[in-house]
Amino acid sequence: MSSQKLYLRGLKDGFPICLGYLSVSFAFGIFAVGEGLSIWQTILVSVANVTSAGQLAGVPIIVGGLPLIEMVLTQFVINLRYSLMSVSLSQKMSPRVKLLQRLAIAFGITDEIFAVAISQKEEVETPYMMGLITAPFWGWTIGTALGALAGDILPEIVVSALGLALYAMFVAIVIPPCKKNHSVALCCLLSIALSSAFYYVPVLSDLSAGIAIIICALVSGLLFALIAPIPDEEKKDNSGSGTDGAGKAVAT
Amino acid sequence: MIRTEVFFIYLLVMAGVTYLIRMLPLVLCRKKIENRFIRSFLYYIPYAVLSAMTIPAIFYSTGYLLSAVLGLACAVILSLFEKKLLTVAIGACGTVFVVEYIMSIIG
Repeated sequence: MSSQKLYLRGLKDGFPICLGYLSVSFAFGIFAVGEGLSIWQTILVSVANVTSAGQLAGVPIIVGGLPLIEMVLTQFVINLRYSLMSVSLSQKMSPRVKLLQRLAIAFGITDEIFAVAISQKEEVETPYMMGLITAPFWGWTIGTALGALAGDILPEIVVSALGLALYAMFVAIVIPPCKKNHSVALCCLLSIALSSAFYYVPVLSDLSAGIAIIICALVSGLLFALIAPIPDEEKKDNSGSGTDGAGKAVAT
Repeated sequence: MIRTEVFFIYLLVMAGVTYLIRMLPLVLCRKKIENRFIRSFLYYIPYAVLSAMTIPAIFYSTGYLLSAVLGLACAVILSLFEKKLLTVAIGACGTVFVVEYIMSIIG
């Protein structure tokens, strides 16, 4: 597929993310201005970070003038899940994606962009990732600007309905593999049970949402990697009789 | 209002940490991982992360619990039929809108 076609496909796949981001970042814009940031500062925070939970936690630290180390720790913990996603995504990327391109793509890894990229059947290329990141990035920025500029132009019922968009997308990504592979379904159910426990059980619920998600995912992922490892790729089965990786290098 | 220089220092630290977390694994893991356990772990992780992020948070993402539950139900049904992401998102948001509209008329 040509670069242009790949870019356009990414752009199309990113559109629902963009819709969801518009509403979430709109809410962020209202929040940040309310906290005391100027409109330009609010927009800059969104442009530079492109992450919902981290920004929500970061703004009060800026406004309150809290120690910088607190900013470092908060962002580190809340956003640590991105490093898990980046490792996963690194395995999904075509070897043609060069260092500089990786540096650029890294900027746009969010929960939703990662989720869509990882659900592709084949390896992902740079133009696809660029297309995928474009609409959500602008959605995030424009939504923030609108929220910061005019907090209450959208009727509440519309904001409410858009609030569900991102989660609906997650559902659409998770359900199809669950249908095909029951180990994935069970892994998801375990993760849901854990995250519900972190939400509803006293003491456990004191933990920040960022850490809770990391724990849920690590426990479920490690457990199912142990009890239900995925089959080896066919390519490797063919070269399985060899004692070293020489055959594999040729195959790829 | 915060002084501009101070704001930029905070912004730089905030964005710097966030970027490094995303960038380092992507740049450092350039080889295909062969270890079956690690590949299995990476295979399950995205679904585990998304599941944990969705439930229970989705129940509190709209104005009312009822509209969220029905929106989730709509998303699950559409996904079981393997509809496209956008279709599922619009269907689920539409459900929330309709449910809350009806609630506003009744209540």
